[in-house]
Amino acid sequence: MIPLSSPDTDTGSDALIEGDEVVAGATDGQRDALINALGDALGGGLIESHVEPDVDLWVRVDVAAWVDTAQVLRDRCSMSYFNFLSAVDWMPSPYGRDMDAQVDLSPETSGDEDSPADATSLETGVAGGETRFQLLARVHDPLSHLGVTVKADLVGDAPEVDSWTGVYPGANWHEREAWEMFGISFRNHPNQIHLYLPSHFEGNPLRKDYPLLARRVKPWPGIVDVELMPGGDDSNEALEDES
Amino acid sequence: MSSVLTDSLTMAVELAWWQQTGIRAVVGLLAVLLPAGTLVYLFLFKMMSFMQSRLGPMEAGPYGSLQLLAEVGKFLQKEDIIPAKADRIVFKAAPFVVLISTFLLVLVIPAGPDAWFIDVDTGIFLALAVSSISVIGILMAGWASSSKYSLLGGLRAAGQLVAYELPLVLAVMGVVIQAGTLNVQEIVMAQATGEIFGWGGIGNPFIFTQFLGFAIFLVAVQAELTQPPFDMPVAESEIVTGYLTEYTGLRFLLFFIGEFATAGIFSALAATLFLGGWYVPGIDPTSDLFNVIGPAILLGKVILVAFLIFWFRFTYPRFREDQLQQLAWKVLIPLSLANIVLTGVLKVVF
Amino acid sequence: MTAVSDPRQMAYIAGQASDARVNVEIETEGMTLNIGPQHPATHGTLRIVVRLDGERVVAAEPIMGYMHRGYEKLAEVRTYPQVTTLVNRIDWLGSFANEVPFILAAERLMDVEAPPRAQWIRTALFELSRIANVVLFLGDMGVQLGAVTPVFFAFRDREFVLNQIEAVTGGRFHPNFDRIGGLKDDLPKGWIDETKGVLGRIRKFCDEMEGLVAGNEIFQSRTRGIGVIPADVGLSYGLSGANIRASGVDWDLRRDGGVGLVHNELDWKVWTHPDGDSFARYWVRLQEVREACKMVEQLLDGIPTGPVMAKVPRIIKVPAGEAYVETENPLGVMGYYVVSKGDLVPYRVKIRSASFNNVSITPWLLEGTYLPDVVSILASLYFILGDIDR
Repeated sequence: MIPLSSPDTDTGSDALIEGDEVVAGATDGQRDALINALGDALGGGLIESHVEPDVDLWVRVDVAAWVDTAQVLRDRCSMSYFNFLSAVDWMPSPYGRDMDAQVDLSPETSGDEDSPADATSLETGVAGGETRFQLLARVHDPLSHLGVTVKADLVGDAPEVDSWTGVYPGANWHEREAWEMFGISFRNHPNQIHLYLPSHFEGNPLRKDYPLLARRVKPWPGIVDVELMPGGDDSNEALEDES
Repeated sequence: MSSVLTDSLTMAVELAWWQQTGIRAVVGLLAVLLPAGTLVYLFLFKMMSFMQSRLGPMEAGPYGSLQLLAEVGKFLQKEDIIPAKADRIVFKAAPFVVLISTFLLVLVIPAGPDAWFIDVDTGIFLALAVSSISVIGILMAGWASSSKYSLLGGLRAAGQLVAYELPLVLAVMGVVIQAGTLNVQEIVMAQATGEIFGWGGIGNPFIFTQFLGFAIFLVAVQAELTQPPFDMPVAESEIVTGYLTEYTGLRFLLFFIGEFATAGIFSALAATLFLGGWYVPGIDPTSDLFNVIGPAILLGKVILVAFLIFWFRFTYPRFREDQLQQLAWKVLIPLSLANIVLTGVLKVVF
Repeated sequence: MTAVSDPRQMAYIAGQASDARVNVEIETEGMTLNIGPQHPATHGTLRIVVRLDGERVVAAEPIMGYMHRGYEKLAEVRTYPQVTTLVNRIDWLGSFANEVPFILAAERLMDVEAPPRAQWIRTALFELSRIANVVLFLGDMGVQLGAVTPVFFAFRDREFVLNQIEAVTGGRFHPNFDRIGGLKDDLPKGWIDETKGVLGRIRKFCDEMEGLVAGNEIFQSRTRGIGVIPADVGLSYGLSGANIRASGVDWDLRRDGGVGLVHNELDWKVWTHPDGDSFARYWVRLQEVREACKMVEQLLDGIPTGPVMAKVPRIIKVPAGEAYVETENPLGVMGYYVVSKGDLVPYRVKIRSASFNNVSITPWLLEGTYLPDVVSILASLYFILGDIDR
């Protein structure tokens, strides 16, 4: 398993994010107030937060406080608008470049035991994350037009989490979608059945280890389309090798 | 129409009853199909297209005038599909039951002083009675198709037709009271020879005195024909096409013909009852000339009334079933009853 | 001969039988009706299973996925510029508007900004695709209620708008014109004057619809008080666009979102309606088309000069990060949650489409309505199947 990018770039991007957060503290009062309110209500449930000043806000909560977060957001922070709920699979794809990695990996050499969901090879986004699956939901305040993206780390390969449907009824279909696409089951969901896929469908298509068969059968020609300009920078060496 | 022919033929040669019957049947068929075809081409193909800023059929014949034949040919070629679980006999019979009502309706409408199919004293009564037969056909179609859409459509149609039978009859009552007869021919004569406040220049078409009746009649006819705004039985956005959903080919064509033929005949009935039928002012109503030009005049008036009917059809959205019933029972029936009372009082006073 | 001889047993059995008979007589059996996936009223392949008692809906459950194309998965294996081709097909009636939030999200991650001219043209095309989209709704609502004529007017006048979009982008339905950092091309010659003429037509069309559809008594009796969505319910289901504004929520991302588009420099108004019923939704959309005409007119007058493309690398690598950008699309709020790992392709794209949320309210909304209202309520919610299934 070759990491997506070199360790240097990793720290670089992390530093960038950290830097943003430092700046944020000074400028964005509204969002900071929201973080404080959430921190007060949830206590240890609030793990991390990230503010892009005047743009957006992310918070990461403990999965045990997932429903409490919704309750607090709706009742105390007047976030009555439910926007969406989804998930991210942070495990790097075992299928190499035709999926999203820079360098080709044949599935033969990188068997399943080579691409485990171990925390060391995971590279998560803003507001951090420790596990393979991360729940993602967004709610808004219809009056102040403030939005917040809530994240929660899910443990295990077939994770379970409490359903938001009791707080936001609109989460119903989104949770069904996340269930069939990522294999995340939602406790107390009123109707956890397939939404898009046929009921006998096996697998969770949006997981990174679910192969996009069209690409396995016929590699995407577009990947070699991206040619270097004459005298272009050499950060695209990998591409050059390929073509 | 038939009697024009039969009379003249009888004058020339003595015809056996079966020959006369044959001629009557052919002429009756024409009397149903000709107005139906005219309405389809004139209104469904052309007027609707122009209202919707398009040209309509232009390829078959000049200005698409042969399109109707092409359509009929198309329907005739189609496979006659009967759903597996359908009640086959009832399913097959339903379109004919609907057509029977149409053909019986045409009988009572006179097209000239001597041009009539039957001349019965209770003509109007007969017409309104046989017009209800189509309900049975539609119910049969809805039930026998073994489709939920058809069933819903059939039941809606039944409820609707029963509800609108009443205002239809009551609207005609005003005319009957004013003319003092149930005989359709005599109603036409009453209009032809009538006078408006002593002035007999244009006779007395009952549309002037019975305008309310005319309006109620048209609304009720619209509902009887299951046309927008009362087309819930075939509401294509809700229940596909209601009782027609499972029909194809010839049987669908029969329903289609039935719909437009009935539209033509109800228009003819309205023209006869309210617009003076085959009569135009200026010519002596007993003149033989009317036996020749009467059918054309009637057709002209039919097109006039049908224009109104189709105008509504292409313009209005549809009611909901319960709103339709409310309109019938809470508005139209009280209004037509008031109309009858008023007519009766005025009849006695004048 | 009966096997039971005890008279008390006989009486008991007879009593049971008569009870059963009475029950059968009183209770009518419900009926399950499948509306769709092939049905004239479902604009695509939405299937709704309704449980009917007579014509009253006891329960309704939409079933979809007949058109699911897996764009979220496909986007993970396409480079950023290629993704716009996919997202074009989400709401196919206002395609250009689909590209905009994705491009804006990528721009935010890359920290590029389109030059002013590109932003103005982008906004103009955005609003034109809104017109092309909603104009069809204004006519189609009539068809759903049985009036066939308005939709022909809609098709007629939409064609002119599509012509204008085609003149700029080269595509009537799928322009694929928006680029990270600007637009593919500048406007063609004479386009501005032509578009103004088209706007006049659309204004006339709106007046026509106001009389022919919204002003019609039958239309009003079919839509007023039908399918009422209270504001709080609508919010908790995540309704957006005209659907939520018709419930009295004054929230329009064009005014309140303020990303990348220049709506805030224009003089226009966000329309709301207090009723929250089907009629309110129709009325709000009607006003929005008028506002869009107003906006496009101002945009055409105010397009600044300059380039239409910012300096962006030939090969677009988006720095690592996450961004959620949403815009007020014709159908409602459309957002893209883009996760980048500094690669040529996005790591994850969550497409928040408007219709998905808008339709998710239907089981709640349709309960207790009549079957004919199912159709009118669905029509007034105005969804595009591609926008639900993605």
